[in-house]
Amino acid sequence: MDTSTPPQTVGPFFTLGLGGCAHGDVVDPARADAIGIVGVVRDGAGEPVADALVELWQAEGCARAATSPEGSFSFVTVKPAPLPGADGATQAPHVAVSIFARGLLSRLVTRIYFPDEPEANARDPLLGQLDDAGTLVAEPEGPWLRFDITLQGDGETVFLDG
Amino acid sequence: MSEPLPYRSSALRLPRRGLTIAPATLVELGGPVYGHDPVLPGDADLTQGHSGEPLGERIVVAGRVLDTEGLPLPDTLIEVWQANAAGRYTHAGDRHPAPLDPNFSGAGRCLTDAEGRYRFTTIKPGAYPWENHDNAWRPAHIHFSVFGRSFAQRLVTQMYFPGDPLLKWDPIFNAVPDAAARQRLIAAFDLETTEPAWALGYRFDIVLRGRAATPMGD
Repeated sequence: MDTSTPPQTVGPFFTLGLGGCAHGDVVDPARADAIGIVGVVRDGAGEPVADALVELWQAEGCARAATSPEGSFSFVTVKPAPLPGADGATQAPHVAVSIFARGLLSRLVTRIYFPDEPEANARDPLLGQLDDAGTLVAEPEGPWLRFDITLQGDGETVFLDG
Repeated sequence: MSEPLPYRSSALRLPRRGLTIAPATLVELGGPVYGHDPVLPGDADLTQGHSGEPLGERIVVAGRVLDTEGLPLPDTLIEVWQANAAGRYTHAGDRHPAPLDPNFSGAGRCLTDAEGRYRFTTIKPGAYPWENHDNAWRPAHIHFSVFGRSFAQRLVTQMYFPGDPLLKWDPIFNAVPDAAARQRLIAAFDLETTEPAWALGYRFDIVLRGRAATPMGD
């Protein structure tokens, strides 16, 4: 029997509670291997979601950011190392992502994979089972990577079970 | 109106496709390494830090953070935010014409102790209207954010108060389909937590779900 506390929406005013832990970067931006990741969260009408909370989680650290009035977010992080997966498979480098927003009872979970890892991505157990793995691979954009998140409808991001 | 109406903000935000079952990774099983400013003892008292005391009914909210095996989770960051006693948030986006309280910001945080315990002192938040449907009011609630020990345990939820007549109509509370699970969102009045001649006490234990804490391959 599941005895866990159910989730509820983060609501529209969550920035009140972020206090001393609202850093937008996983690592020091001055690091030589630092990578910037930018993106926009959009709803089912293609409109930017201006009150979402995006969190990154990887071995090197966590970071979170509230989206801007234009629905955008940005983080500085590093590409994690490949990780062992089930049955001896190797998972391509990726970052775990949570998205919270008004209208979402529970968080949405997805992953950011890296475009300069085509071979590792091709062997990744999760990407291999998807028809539209492309929504999980960031796109190069100048010196940055772009990872847009579509909550619903055309181009809907692949969201994961936990 | 005989039953709660849908949560309108979900219409364009809830994904239409089912969730993909993903193999767990070491990333998701690892603990959070979050940068934050030091958590100070005073951060758990929302009635302090201003020139005077906030208006409203002073309360203590205390409990434990546990996993589904019943094991306590120590050193877990809990963050809370809430409306003031009049039902107004200290947030530019809140247009409810109720008074702001210059002595109440409505945010606090703490780390659980070695037994997973936490304790906040605050004032009871007021109910407030919202635009979900005609004459819609949110029941009094406190928002909770809990990090837990792994990505899978990350939880954001809301704590409600026992006996609140608005719970029956609230689309957000009632969006949890299981009645027993909804009850786990309601704090219990607790005489043990109540401080004589000072503040009523409410107990709210938080149980985090999630995959086993042992990384694969170990």
